[in-house]
Amino acid sequence: MKDLRLIAEELSCRRGGRMVFSNLSFAVESGEMLILRGPNGAGKTSLLRTIAGLTPPASGRLILEGGSDDLTIGQQAHYIAHQNASKPQLSVRENLYFWQRFLGGDERAIAAAMEAMDLVHLADYDAALLSAGQKRRLALARLLLAERPLWLLDEPTVGLDVASVERLRTVMDAHLNAGGIIIATTHIDLGMAQARTFEFREEHWAVQLEGFD
Amino acid sequence: MLSPFLSVIGRDVKLAFRAGGGIGTAFGFFLTVVVLLPIGIGPDQALLQRIAPGALWIALLMSVLLSADRIYTADYEDGSLEVMAIGPAPLEVVALAKALAHWLTAGLPLAIAAPLLGFLLNLRADLVPGLLLSMITGSLALSMLAALGAAVTVGLRKGGLLISLLILPLYIPLMIFGVTASTGGQAGPDISTSSYLILAAVVLLSVVVSPVASAAALRAHMR
Repeated sequence: MKDLRLIAEELSCRRGGRMVFSNLSFAVESGEMLILRGPNGAGKTSLLRTIAGLTPPASGRLILEGGSDDLTIGQQAHYIAHQNASKPQLSVRENLYFWQRFLGGDERAIAAAMEAMDLVHLADYDAALLSAGQKRRLALARLLLAERPLWLLDEPTVGLDVASVERLRTVMDAHLNAGGIIIATTHIDLGMAQARTFEFREEHWAVQLEGFD
Repeated sequence: MLSPFLSVIGRDVKLAFRAGGGIGTAFGFFLTVVVLLPIGIGPDQALLQRIAPGALWIALLMSVLLSADRIYTADYEDGSLEVMAIGPAPLEVVALAKALAHWLTAGLPLAIAAPLLGFLLNLRADLVPGLLLSMITGSLALSMLAALGAAVTVGLRKGGLLISLLILPLYIPLMIFGVTASTGGQAGPDISTSSYLILAAVVLLSVVVSPVASAAALRAHMR
Protein backbone atom coordinates (compact mmCIF):
# COMPACT_ATOMS: atom_id res chain seq x y z
CA MET A 1 0.00 0.00 0.00
CA LYS A 2 1.15 3.53 -0.73
CA ASP A 3 1.65 6.16 1.90
CA LEU A 4 -1.78 7.36 2.90
CA ARG A 5 -2.98 10.19 5.06
CA LEU A 6 -6.59 10.70 6.09
CA ILE A 7 -7.22 14.30 7.02
CA ALA A 8 -10.34 15.74 8.59
CA GLU A 9 -10.61 19.51 8.52
CA GLU A 10 -13.05 21.26 10.84
CA LEU A 11 -15.61 18.54 10.37
CA SER A 12 -19.15 19.06 11.63
CA CYS A 13 -21.97 16.57 11.61
CA ARG A 14 -25.67 17.12 12.00
CA ARG A 15 -28.14 14.25 12.33
CA GLY A 16 -31.86 14.67 12.70
CA GLY A 17 -31.54 18.42 13.32
CA ARG A 18 -29.07 17.93 16.16
CA MET A 19 -25.45 19.04 15.93
CA VAL A 20 -23.57 15.88 16.90
CA PHE A 21 -20.06 17.31 16.77
CA SER A 22 -18.40 20.33 15.26
CA ASN A 23 -14.95 21.69 14.41
CA LEU A 24 -13.27 18.35 14.53
CA SER A 25 -9.81 18.14 12.97
CA PHE A 26 -7.34 15.27 12.93
CA ALA A 27 -4.98 13.39 10.66
CA VAL A 28 -4.08 9.69 10.55
CA GLU A 29 -1.27 8.19 8.51
CA SER A 30 -0.41 4.79 7.08
CA GLY A 31 0.37 2.30 9.81
CA GLU A 32 -1.50 4.29 12.44
CA MET A 33 -4.58 3.44 14.42
CA LEU A 34 -6.87 6.08 15.84
CA ILE A 35 -9.06 5.05 18.76
CA LEU A 36 -12.09 7.28 19.28
CA ARG A 37 -13.14 7.73 22.87
CA GLY A 38 -15.90 9.67 24.47
CA PRO A 39 -19.12 9.19 26.40
CA ASN A 40 -22.19 7.57 24.80
CA GLY A 41 -23.76 9.90 22.29
CA ALA A 42 -20.61 11.95 21.80
CA GLY A 43 -20.66 11.22 18.07
CA LYS A 44 -18.14 8.42 17.63
CA THR A 45 -20.42 6.37 15.38
CA SER A 46 -21.50 9.52 13.54
CA LEU A 47 -17.86 10.30 12.80
CA LEU A 48 -17.28 6.82 11.38
CA ARG A 49 -20.42 7.15 9.24
CA THR A 50 -19.27 10.55 8.03
CA ILE A 51 -15.87 9.18 7.03
CA ALA A 52 -17.55 6.25 5.26
CA GLY A 53 -19.70 8.72 3.32
CA LEU A 54 -23.05 7.53 4.69
CA THR A 55 -23.74 10.83 6.46
CA PRO A 56 -22.54 13.86 4.55
CA PRO A 57 -20.68 16.36 6.76
CA ALA A 58 -22.56 19.55 7.63
CA SER A 59 -19.34 21.47 7.09
CA GLY A 60 -15.63 20.82 6.79
CA ARG A 61 -14.00 18.25 4.56
CA LEU A 62 -12.32 14.87 4.46
CA ILE A 63 -9.34 14.05 2.30
CA LEU A 64 -7.54 10.77 1.75
CA GLU A 65 -4.10 11.81 0.52
CA GLY A 66 -2.41 9.14 -1.56
CA GLY A 67 -5.72 7.37 -2.16
CA SER A 68 -7.40 6.73 -5.48
CA ASP A 69 -8.88 9.75 -7.27
CA ASP A 70 -11.58 7.65 -8.92
CA LEU A 71 -12.98 6.17 -5.73
CA THR A 72 -14.80 7.74 -2.80
CA ILE A 73 -13.27 7.36 0.65
CA GLY A 74 -16.07 4.89 1.44
CA GLN A 75 -15.11 2.74 -1.53
CA GLN A 76 -11.58 2.54 -0.13
CA ALA A 77 -12.83 1.59 3.32
CA HIS A 78 -14.27 -1.37 5.19
CA TYR A 79 -17.00 -0.29 7.57
CA ILE A 80 -17.91 -2.69 10.36
CA ALA A 81 -20.97 -1.23 12.07
CA HIS A 82 -22.87 -2.42 15.14
CA GLN A 83 -24.99 -4.61 12.89
CA ASN A 84 -23.18 -7.59 11.43
CA ALA A 85 -24.54 -7.41 7.87
CA SER A 86 -24.94 -11.17 7.63
CA LYS A 87 -28.00 -13.20 6.69
CA PRO A 88 -29.23 -15.75 9.26
CA GLN A 89 -30.64 -17.99 6.48
CA LEU A 90 -27.25 -18.35 4.78
CA SER A 91 -24.32 -20.42 6.02
CA VAL A 92 -21.09 -18.79 7.15
CA ARG A 93 -19.46 -19.72 3.85
CA GLU A 94 -22.41 -18.41 1.79
CA ASN A 95 -22.37 -15.10 3.66
CA LEU A 96 -18.67 -14.65 3.02
CA TYR A 97 -19.01 -15.79 -0.58
CA PHE A 98 -21.61 -13.11 -1.22
CA TRP A 99 -19.53 -10.30 0.31
CA GLN A 100 -16.41 -11.46 -1.47
CA ARG A 101 -18.18 -11.31 -4.82
CA PHE A 102 -19.85 -8.00 -3.96
CA LEU A 103 -16.72 -6.30 -2.66
CA GLY A 104 -14.64 -7.69 -5.50
CA GLY A 105 -11.86 -9.59 -3.80
CA ASP A 106 -10.10 -12.83 -4.61
CA GLU A 107 -12.11 -16.02 -4.03
CA ARG A 108 -9.21 -17.59 -2.12
CA ALA A 109 -9.62 -14.83 0.46
CA ILE A 110 -12.72 -16.59 1.82
CA ALA A 111 -10.71 -19.53 3.17
CA ALA A 112 -8.08 -17.19 4.59
CA ALA A 113 -10.70 -15.00 6.27
CA MET A 114 -12.39 -18.04 7.87
CA GLU A 115 -8.99 -19.25 9.05
CA ALA A 116 -8.06 -15.88 10.57
CA MET A 117 -11.36 -15.52 12.41
CA ASP A 118 -11.58 -19.18 13.49
CA LEU A 119 -14.73 -19.90 11.49
CA VAL A 120 -13.54 -22.95 9.55
CA HIS A 121 -15.37 -25.47 11.75
CA LEU A 122 -18.55 -23.37 11.44
CA ALA A 123 -18.38 -22.89 7.66
CA ASP A 124 -21.49 -24.90 6.81
CA TYR A 125 -23.69 -23.80 9.70
CA ASP A 126 -26.41 -21.21 9.10
CA ALA A 127 -25.48 -17.87 10.60
CA ALA A 128 -28.71 -18.03 12.64
CA LEU A 129 -27.17 -20.82 14.73
CA LEU A 130 -24.06 -18.85 15.69
CA SER A 131 -23.54 -17.23 19.07
CA ALA A 132 -23.25 -13.44 19.35
CA GLY A 133 -19.46 -13.61 19.44
CA GLN A 134 -19.33 -15.98 16.46
CA LYS A 135 -21.63 -13.65 14.49
CA ARG A 136 -19.27 -10.78 15.28
CA ARG A 137 -16.35 -12.86 14.01
CA LEU A 138 -18.28 -13.50 10.81
CA ALA A 139 -18.74 -9.74 10.38
CA LEU A 140 -15.06 -9.08 11.08
CA ALA A 141 -14.05 -11.73 8.54
CA ARG A 142 -15.36 -9.31 5.90
CA LEU A 143 -12.27 -7.17 6.53
CA LEU A 144 -10.11 -9.82 4.92
CA LEU A 145 -12.28 -10.56 1.86
CA ALA A 146 -11.15 -7.57 -0.15
CA GLU A 147 -8.23 -5.23 0.26
CA ARG A 148 -9.18 -1.80 1.56
CA PRO A 149 -6.60 0.60 3.01
CA LEU A 150 -8.96 2.20 5.52
CA TRP A 151 -10.78 0.20 8.21
CA LEU A 152 -13.60 1.83 10.15
CA LEU A 153 -14.53 -0.33 13.12
CA ASP A 154 -17.45 0.48 15.39
CA GLU A 155 -17.04 -1.43 18.67
CA PRO A 156 -15.39 -4.40 16.92
CA THR A 157 -14.85 -6.37 20.12
CA VAL A 158 -18.47 -6.50 21.32
CA GLY A 159 -19.28 -10.10 22.20
CA LEU A 160 -15.77 -11.40 21.51
CA ASP A 161 -13.95 -13.67 23.98
CA VAL A 162 -10.31 -13.14 24.94
CA ALA A 163 -8.97 -15.49 22.26
CA SER A 164 -11.03 -13.77 19.55
CA VAL A 165 -9.86 -10.31 20.62
CA GLU A 166 -6.31 -11.65 20.26
CA ARG A 167 -7.17 -12.85 16.71
CA LEU A 168 -8.56 -9.42 15.87
CA ARG A 169 -5.36 -7.82 17.20
CA THR A 170 -3.26 -10.05 14.96
CA VAL A 171 -5.36 -9.12 11.93
CA MET A 172 -5.21 -5.39 12.76
CA ASP A 173 -1.45 -5.58 13.34
CA ALA A 174 -0.94 -7.13 9.91
CA HIS A 175 -3.12 -4.46 8.31
CA LEU A 176 -1.19 -1.62 9.96
CA ASN A 177 2.17 -3.18 9.10
CA ALA A 178 1.05 -3.34 5.46
CA GLY A 179 0.47 0.42 5.54
CA GLY A 180 -3.24 0.48 6.32
CA ILE A 181 -5.15 2.88 8.53
CA ILE A 182 -7.62 1.89 11.26
CA ILE A 183 -10.13 4.14 12.98
CA ALA A 184 -12.03 2.36 15.73
CA THR A 185 -14.33 3.07 18.61
CA THR A 186 -13.83 0.84 21.60
CA HIS A 187 -14.20 0.94 25.34
CA ILE A 188 -11.66 -1.77 26.10
CA ASP A 189 -7.89 -1.43 25.90
CA LEU A 190 -6.76 -3.28 22.79
CA GLY A 191 -3.09 -2.79 23.68
CA MET A 192 -2.09 -1.85 20.14
CA ALA A 193 1.35 -0.22 20.03
CA GLN A 194 0.44 1.86 16.95
CA ALA A 195 -2.70 3.32 18.51
CA ARG A 196 -3.35 6.94 19.33
CA THR A 197 -6.43 8.02 21.22
CA PHE A 198 -8.71 10.80 20.09
CA GLU A 199 -10.91 12.12 22.87
CA PHE A 200 -14.25 13.70 22.08
CA ARG A 201 -14.12 16.71 24.35
CA GLU A 202 -16.76 19.21 25.29
CA GLU A 203 -15.78 21.71 22.61
CA HIS A 204 -16.62 19.05 19.99
CA TRP A 205 -20.00 18.08 21.13
CA ALA A 206 -21.73 21.42 21.36
CA VAL A 207 -25.00 19.65 22.08
CA GLN A 208 -27.79 21.92 21.01
CA LEU A 209 -31.22 21.33 19.63
CA GLU A 210 -31.93 23.09 16.40
CA GLY A 211 -34.79 23.03 13.97
CA PHE A 212 -34.60 20.97 10.79
CA ASP A 213 -33.10 22.93 7.96
CA MET B 1 -19.75 -3.52 -11.82
CA LEU B 2 -21.18 -6.79 -13.14
CA SER B 3 -19.96 -8.92 -10.25
CA PRO B 4 -21.68 -6.91 -7.46
CA PHE B 5 -24.83 -6.75 -9.60
CA LEU B 6 -24.94 -10.50 -10.17
CA SER B 7 -23.96 -11.29 -6.57
CA VAL B 8 -26.93 -9.33 -5.21
CA ILE B 9 -29.36 -11.05 -7.60
CA GLY B 10 -27.88 -14.45 -6.75
CA ARG B 11 -28.10 -13.88 -3.01
CA ASP B 12 -31.66 -12.50 -3.06
CA VAL B 13 -32.94 -15.36 -5.22
CA LYS B 14 -31.26 -17.83 -2.85
CA LEU B 15 -32.79 -16.09 0.18
CA ALA B 16 -36.27 -16.19 -1.39
CA PHE B 17 -36.12 -19.98 -1.46
CA ARG B 18 -34.76 -20.31 2.10
CA ALA B 19 -36.85 -20.46 5.27
CA GLY B 20 -38.87 -17.27 5.66
CA GLY B 21 -38.27 -16.31 2.02
CA GLY B 22 -41.05 -14.59 0.16
CA ILE B 23 -41.58 -16.89 -2.79
CA GLY B 24 -44.00 -19.18 -0.94
CA THR B 25 -46.00 -16.26 0.46
CA ALA B 26 -46.56 -14.64 -2.93
CA PHE B 27 -47.41 -17.95 -4.56
CA GLY B 28 -49.76 -19.02 -1.78
CA PHE B 29 -51.63 -15.74 -1.89
CA PHE B 30 -51.99 -15.89 -5.67
CA LEU B 31 -53.29 -19.45 -5.48
CA THR B 32 -55.76 -18.58 -2.71
CA VAL B 33 -57.29 -15.69 -4.65
CA VAL B 34 -57.63 -17.63 -7.89
CA VAL B 35 -59.07 -20.72 -6.19
CA LEU B 36 -61.53 -18.82 -4.00
CA LEU B 37 -62.80 -16.47 -6.70
CA PRO B 38 -64.88 -18.99 -8.72
CA ILE B 39 -66.25 -20.45 -5.49
CA GLY B 40 -67.33 -17.01 -4.31
CA ILE B 41 -68.83 -15.95 -7.62
CA GLY B 42 -70.61 -19.19 -8.36
CA PRO B 43 -70.63 -21.53 -11.33
CA ASP B 44 -71.55 -18.93 -13.96
CA GLN B 45 -69.10 -20.02 -16.66
CA ALA B 46 -69.81 -17.13 -19.02
CA LEU B 47 -69.24 -14.56 -16.27
CA LEU B 48 -66.05 -16.25 -15.11
CA GLN B 49 -64.75 -16.33 -18.66
CA ARG B 50 -65.35 -12.59 -19.00
CA ILE B 51 -63.62 -11.61 -15.76
CA ALA B 52 -60.76 -14.16 -15.92
CA PRO B 53 -58.00 -11.91 -17.41
CA GLY B 54 -58.81 -9.01 -15.09
CA ALA B 55 -59.05 -11.29 -12.04
CA LEU B 56 -55.67 -12.84 -12.80
CA TRP B 57 -54.11 -9.40 -13.19
CA ILE B 58 -55.54 -8.24 -9.85
CA ALA B 59 -54.28 -11.40 -8.13
CA LEU B 60 -50.82 -10.88 -9.64
CA LEU B 61 -50.72 -7.22 -8.62
CA MET B 62 -51.74 -7.93 -5.03
CA SER B 63 -49.31 -10.84 -4.66
CA VAL B 64 -46.44 -8.65 -5.83
CA LEU B 65 -47.47 -5.87 -3.41
CA LEU B 66 -47.76 -8.35 -0.55
CA SER B 67 -44.15 -9.44 -0.97
CA ALA B 68 -42.82 -5.92 -1.56
CA ASP B 69 -41.77 -4.89 1.92
CA ARG B 70 -39.29 -7.75 2.20
CA ILE B 71 -37.19 -6.21 -0.60
CA TYR B 72 -35.24 -3.81 1.63
CA THR B 73 -36.37 -4.41 5.25
CA ALA B 74 -33.88 -7.16 6.15
CA ASP B 75 -30.92 -5.49 4.43
CA TYR B 76 -31.73 -2.22 6.16
CA GLU B 77 -32.05 -3.77 9.60
CA ASP B 78 -28.99 -6.01 9.51
CA GLY B 79 -26.68 -3.31 8.15
CA SER B 80 -26.08 -4.95 4.75
CA LEU B 81 -27.50 -1.92 2.98
CA GLU B 82 -24.87 0.38 4.50
CA VAL B 83 -22.07 -1.88 3.37
CA MET B 84 -23.61 -1.99 -0.11
CA ALA B 85 -24.07 1.80 -0.14
CA ILE B 86 -20.35 2.43 0.23
CA GLY B 87 -19.34 -0.55 -1.89
CA PRO B 88 -17.72 -0.62 -5.32
CA ALA B 89 -21.00 -0.42 -7.26
CA PRO B 90 -23.30 2.62 -7.21
CA LEU B 91 -26.39 2.13 -5.06
CA GLU B 92 -28.49 2.49 -8.23
CA VAL B 93 -26.97 -0.74 -9.53
CA VAL B 94 -27.76 -2.48 -6.24
CA ALA B 95 -31.35 -1.18 -6.38
CA LEU B 96 -31.78 -2.47 -9.95
CA ALA B 97 -30.40 -5.87 -8.90
CA LYS B 98 -32.72 -6.11 -5.91
CA ALA B 99 -35.79 -5.17 -7.97
CA LEU B 100 -34.83 -7.70 -10.65
CA ALA B 101 -34.36 -10.38 -8.00
CA HIS B 102 -37.86 -9.60 -6.70
CA TRP B 103 -39.25 -9.95 -10.22
CA LEU B 104 -37.46 -13.29 -10.68
CA THR B 105 -38.90 -14.67 -7.43
CA ALA B 106 -42.37 -13.07 -7.38
CA GLY B 107 -43.61 -11.46 -10.60
CA LEU B 108 -42.15 -13.82 -13.18
CA PRO B 109 -43.11 -17.21 -11.67
CA LEU B 110 -46.64 -15.94 -10.94
CA ALA B 111 -47.03 -14.59 -14.47
CA ILE B 112 -45.97 -17.96 -15.88
CA ALA B 113 -48.33 -19.84 -13.56
CA ALA B 114 -51.27 -17.50 -14.27
CA PRO B 115 -52.51 -19.11 -17.53
CA LEU B 116 -52.44 -22.54 -15.86
CA LEU B 117 -54.48 -21.30 -12.91
CA GLY B 118 -56.64 -19.43 -15.42
CA PHE B 119 -58.40 -22.67 -16.28
CA LEU B 120 -60.00 -22.54 -12.84
CA LEU B 121 -61.59 -19.30 -14.06
CA ASN B 122 -62.62 -20.79 -17.41
CA LEU B 123 -60.05 -18.62 -19.20
CA ARG B 124 -60.44 -18.75 -22.99
CA ALA B 125 -57.61 -20.82 -24.43
CA ASP B 126 -57.03 -18.37 -27.30
CA LEU B 127 -56.23 -15.59 -24.80
CA VAL B 128 -53.41 -17.55 -23.17
CA PRO B 129 -50.49 -16.38 -25.38
CA GLY B 130 -51.44 -12.68 -25.09
CA LEU B 131 -52.06 -12.96 -21.36
CA LEU B 132 -48.77 -14.73 -20.76
CA LEU B 133 -46.82 -12.16 -22.78
CA SER B 134 -48.45 -9.11 -21.20
CA MET B 135 -48.17 -10.51 -17.67
CA ILE B 136 -44.49 -11.41 -18.01
CA THR B 137 -43.80 -7.91 -19.38
CA GLY B 138 -46.05 -6.07 -16.96
CA SER B 139 -44.88 -7.93 -13.85
CA LEU B 140 -41.41 -6.47 -14.36
CA ALA B 141 -42.85 -2.99 -13.88
CA LEU B 142 -44.90 -4.24 -10.91
CA SER B 143 -41.67 -5.35 -9.21
CA MET B 144 -39.78 -2.17 -10.16
CA LEU B 145 -42.50 0.05 -8.68
CA ALA B 146 -42.92 -2.19 -5.63
CA ALA B 147 -39.17 -1.89 -5.01
CA LEU B 148 -39.46 1.89 -5.24
CA GLY B 149 -42.27 1.84 -2.66
CA ALA B 150 -40.19 -0.44 -0.45
CA ALA B 151 -37.19 1.90 -0.68
CA VAL B 152 -39.27 4.96 0.22
CA THR B 153 -40.86 3.26 3.25
CA VAL B 154 -37.83 1.29 4.50
CA GLY B 155 -37.34 1.61 8.25
CA LEU B 156 -40.95 2.58 8.90
CA ARG B 157 -43.23 0.42 10.99
CA LYS B 158 -46.18 -0.92 9.02
CA GLY B 159 -44.37 0.12 5.86
CA GLY B 160 -46.35 -2.45 3.89
CA LEU B 161 -49.58 -0.49 4.17
CA LEU B 162 -47.83 2.69 3.05
CA ILE B 163 -46.30 0.91 0.06
CA SER B 164 -49.78 -0.06 -1.12
CA LEU B 165 -51.07 3.49 -0.82
CA LEU B 166 -48.05 5.01 -2.54
CA ILE B 167 -47.80 2.53 -5.37
CA LEU B 168 -51.47 1.95 -6.12
CA PRO B 169 -51.86 5.04 -8.36
CA LEU B 170 -48.79 3.97 -10.32
CA TYR B 171 -50.28 0.51 -10.84
CA ILE B 172 -53.43 1.84 -12.48
CA PRO B 173 -51.92 2.46 -15.95
CA LEU B 174 -50.28 -0.97 -15.83
CA MET B 175 -53.62 -2.53 -14.94
CA ILE B 176 -55.49 -0.73 -17.75
CA PHE B 177 -53.01 -1.51 -20.52
CA GLY B 178 -52.13 -4.93 -19.13
CA VAL B 179 -55.73 -6.12 -19.16
CA THR B 180 -56.57 -4.65 -22.57
CA ALA B 181 -53.41 -6.20 -23.99
CA SER B 182 -54.43 -9.57 -22.49
CA THR B 183 -58.03 -9.62 -23.70
CA GLY B 184 -57.04 -9.42 -27.37
CA GLY B 185 -60.01 -10.55 -29.48
CA GLN B 186 -62.80 -8.82 -27.60
CA ALA B 187 -61.61 -5.32 -28.40
CA GLY B 188 -60.02 -6.12 -31.73
CA PRO B 189 -56.41 -7.00 -32.51
CA ASP B 190 -55.32 -3.40 -33.16
CA ILE B 191 -56.18 -2.17 -29.69
CA SER B 192 -54.52 -5.22 -28.20
CA THR B 193 -51.21 -4.50 -29.93
CA SER B 194 -51.18 -0.81 -29.13
CA SER B 195 -52.07 -1.56 -25.50
CA TYR B 196 -49.17 -3.98 -25.33
CA LEU B 197 -46.80 -1.37 -26.73
CA ILE B 198 -47.91 1.23 -24.18
CA LEU B 199 -47.54 -1.40 -21.43
CA ALA B 200 -44.00 -2.07 -22.64
CA ALA B 201 -43.26 1.67 -22.62
CA VAL B 202 -44.45 1.96 -19.01
CA VAL B 203 -42.25 -1.02 -18.13
CA LEU B 204 -39.17 0.56 -19.72
CA LEU B 205 -39.86 3.83 -17.95
CA SER B 206 -40.15 2.07 -14.59
CA VAL B 207 -36.88 0.16 -15.17
CA VAL B 208 -35.09 3.49 -15.70
CA VAL B 209 -36.77 5.53 -12.97
CA SER B 210 -37.11 2.97 -10.14
CA PRO B 211 -33.39 2.27 -9.45
CA VAL B 212 -32.47 5.96 -9.48
CA ALA B 213 -35.38 7.00 -7.25
CA SER B 214 -34.91 3.98 -4.94
CA ALA B 215 -31.22 4.75 -4.43
CA ALA B 216 -31.99 8.38 -3.62
CA ALA B 217 -34.63 7.32 -1.08
CA LEU B 218 -32.29 4.75 0.52
CA ARG B 219 -29.45 7.26 0.82
CA ALA B 220 -31.77 9.71 2.56
CA HIS B 221 -32.91 6.97 4.98
CA MET B 222 -29.35 6.00 5.90
CA ARG B 223 -28.12 9.48 6.79
